[in-house]
Amino acid sequence: MVRRKRLLPLPGTVLVNVGEEVRADSPVARAELPGKVQAVNVANLLGIAPDEIREYLIKREGEPVQKDEVIAENKPLIKWFKTEVRSPIQGTIESVSTVTGQVLLREPPRLLELLAYIDGTVVEVHPSQGVTVETACSLVQGIFGIGGETWGNIAIAVKSPEETLTPEHLTPDLKGKVVVGGALCPIETMNKAKDVGVAALVVGGIHDKDLRALLGYDLGVAITGTEKVGFTLILTEGFGTIPMAAKTFKLLSAHAGRKASVSGATQIRAGVIRPEIIIPRPDHTTSSPSREGKDEGEHAREGIKVGDLVRIIRDPLFGKIGEVSRLPPDLQKIPTESLVRVLEVRFPDGSTAVIPRANIEVIEGV
Amino acid sequence: MTAPGQSAHRHATDRPLNVIVATDCGSTTTKAILIENIVDEYRQTYRGEAPTTVEAPFEDVTKGVLNAVAEIEELSGRKILDGERIITPNRAAQGEPNVGVDVYISTSSAGGGLQMMVTGVVQNMTGESAQRAALGAGAIVIDVLASNDGRLPHEKIERIRTMRPDMILMSGGTDGGAITHVVEMAEYIAAAEPRPRFGSTYTLPLIYAGNKEAREQIGKILGKKTALVITDNIRPVLERENLAPARQKIHDLFLEHVMAQAPGYKKLIEMAGAPIMPTPAAVGLIMETIAKRQHLNLIGVDIGGATTDVFSVFDGVFNRTVSANLGLSYSISNVLAEAGLANIMRWVPFSIDEQTLRNRIKNKMIRPTTIPQTLDELQVEQAIAREALRLALIHHKSLATGLKGVQQERTISDIFEQQTSGRTLIDMLKLDLIVGSGGILSHAPRRVQSMMMMIDAYEPLGFTRLSVDSIFMMPHLGVLSTVNEKAATDVFVRDCMIYLGACIAPIGQGKDGERCADYAIAFDDGRPEERGTLRFGDLRVFPLTQDQTARVTMQPAKTVDLGEGPGHAVSRDVQGGVVGLLLDGRGRPLQLPTNHAARLTALNRWYKSVDLYPQPSDR
Repeated sequence: MVRRKRLLPLPGTVLVNVGEEVRADSPVARAELPGKVQAVNVANLLGIAPDEIREYLIKREGEPVQKDEVIAENKPLIKWFKTEVRSPIQGTIESVSTVTGQVLLREPPRLLELLAYIDGTVVEVHPSQGVTVETACSLVQGIFGIGGETWGNIAIAVKSPEETLTPEHLTPDLKGKVVVGGALCPIETMNKAKDVGVAALVVGGIHDKDLRALLGYDLGVAITGTEKVGFTLILTEGFGTIPMAAKTFKLLSAHAGRKASVSGATQIRAGVIRPEIIIPRPDHTTSSPSREGKDEGEHAREGIKVGDLVRIIRDPLFGKIGEVSRLPPDLQKIPTESLVRVLEVRFPDGSTAVIPRANIEVIEGV
Repeated sequence: MTAPGQSAHRHATDRPLNVIVATDCGSTTTKAILIENIVDEYRQTYRGEAPTTVEAPFEDVTKGVLNAVAEIEELSGRKILDGERIITPNRAAQGEPNVGVDVYISTSSAGGGLQMMVTGVVQNMTGESAQRAALGAGAIVIDVLASNDGRLPHEKIERIRTMRPDMILMSGGTDGGAITHVVEMAEYIAAAEPRPRFGSTYTLPLIYAGNKEAREQIGKILGKKTALVITDNIRPVLERENLAPARQKIHDLFLEHVMAQAPGYKKLIEMAGAPIMPTPAAVGLIMETIAKRQHLNLIGVDIGGATTDVFSVFDGVFNRTVSANLGLSYSISNVLAEAGLANIMRWVPFSIDEQTLRNRIKNKMIRPTTIPQTLDELQVEQAIAREALRLALIHHKSLATGLKGVQQERTISDIFEQQTSGRTLIDMLKLDLIVGSGGILSHAPRRVQSMMMMIDAYEPLGFTRLSVDSIFMMPHLGVLSTVNEKAATDVFVRDCMIYLGACIAPIGQGKDGERCADYAIAFDDGRPEERGTLRFGDLRVFPLTQDQTARVTMQPAKTVDLGEGPGHAVSRDVQGGVVGLLLDGRGRPLQLPTNHAARLTALNRWYKSVDLYPQPSDR
């Protein structure tokens, strides 16, 4: 069972009640975002002292104005010398300052509608703020993403998690779908995804140079979610050619054709947010969620045990998956000469490697 | 330094402090240290760490603190915790010397630290003064708005609206001067209706430290829209800055408003026997103390995962800057973006293709807690560290300046020197000591690696001593100095500060192998004097321990300067450290060969000459 809080950025009206069923695209709350502000220095434009400004104003604080409507004017003896100050926008007079001689005008508020994001049930209403939506689902947590919230039916475009997602895989029937690829998604494929109009791409890895080409700039810090590149992109493993974890691929394949809600928002600093793929169950009520992902906080709490399935998340064995075979308690010297806590991982072919504990993540079961 | 709640915490200083536990709640890790008074001397004895717990599922910073303290309990055998409570005071008087501690103190940068927006009237005058006040108080300045910053009014308003700072500091105007521009800025802030980053229910704290004549107007405009606090003008007259009152208010509000919003901090504040300080403020405090006590010109750096803080004290003037997005984990990718790949690659002593390197850097960004496992990964990370350090110092130099806009009285010689007001206070020739702190410097497998990272990034000139924080405990000692200065000083001297040695770097350039300077090193331990010629491109290290000194006489070549002018001999006593005395004949400014093969040859020669990394035969 997954719960998602849906909160407005500022107080507004909640549109649904507890117990109500909602779809991903159902509006659940609404607020009015204050309009943009424009400053007009009336005193300067009329050539008067700021403390005289009120004598020349035609409109008062709180009054509505139309674009190009006169808001202030002087009263010369000869009408020919009359100066008028017109409003640059449609809106209201927000404030008048007799110190600076400025009039601040505010554009009309913008309506902001908050959608449910997932198919589910409203389980809590936060008055004036939003709601909490709950759904029984399968959840896949990615490691990095770009782009905002979206949804669509899952389509598996490749035959195996090792395969590269090429432009040829993206056929027109994938429009509006959450497309699952394999180990790599080159820039040509991302460009094709825009043309086709896919809702989201979920792949194992991409090259950093392709991300730069997609965004048009070098991403400095991992705070994402607002990019407008035409689709939402989720990496399940990282940067480079890295096959999607078999379990992730299997889970997504098992739900092919089902609707998924996807968010690319990633924030690694000051409040970790990882991208996600939520696949609600048709009746939204079955308990015991399926889960695949990397929630470091949780396994850090429980500790790592011999037998845990782990993924190595740093070179030289980046992406390899194995089982913890030994947990030496003492610090050990690694090739850099650092003394660190390590563990031993046994790979499916029977070989083993000693890895710093900081460089693995536990794979949670499906 | 005091902060709110000081009176509530005063009891902590009223009794003898023999056992102290201190934590630093970082953005990823909470570090705890135990300090004990052993035969009239305080020593740092045990250390523990645990993940910081401000995020779900815990959302309570004290959980991480308790976990880190529990590790100290295990290692030391001392009972410190009673459930979720730290046992204070120590029960030695009751016959249980191994139960409890006398005081618990903490610093914090969890939750991204204190993020501030500052405003002034003239960008490089009051705007810069406000920035210095905020930076000195341990804040990250996310934007500086000024009447003349070139942005249109609606752009300023939009910026205030979208940035969501934790706090705003407003300055502008000298006392008694015109009020129009500062009132104008207040109107923009009011129109933007700024909302804080955390908590939708509390009002954004705003400190007004501008022209006192405008206070009434500011109160009318912002009194209802913000939690307004008025304090002394940070630039009451053009020629003088008065940053202390504003800094004090920032500390007060940080504790009362910002930190109180972070999950679990109210509990943490109650647990602590002294006010909790922002980590950078605490590090700044200890650096300032070292410099002032020893009358040194100093540059200190704390390179973290997200930010790099630089501190300097030159002729008694303290400055601090934070480069918010230059760090070695969360912000590592930004170092690549700002420095450029070529600048990072110039320090890497092997060939690596661009795509592999870029992917590796991004992978560190998305998995910031991983550590280099192989030597080449360590070398790449230390190369990136050099660039982060270099860029942060450039940033620091641009802000650590004399007051701008001040007409200075000049002599004829000043005019010939073409010195202007607002020039940087950082004079590398006058620099006595560089102090490094932060994971990559404190935990480098070989101490010489820390020394070389700082030398390559800062390019010290002439004679400079270098040191490093042994295990990253400067924040703890900064806050401890507010409670018990002797304890902080004892631990600092005995356990924290590791002197790396001295670097002597002649200024000038020449072809590889050309004579740079002749040297004579007379050791105080009776060793035979070392004499020789330092050639351009040479890097030589001589053993000289922390308690040893040597008299070094350098006779530079005609075009080479060691502080006394080109070709003039210089003779000075230098103190050693764990690395020793380093003669750096690579020239200043440091210029690495542009040819790829030649650069690799030079790097490998330098690294081998100081035994920087394990050689294949060592592994």
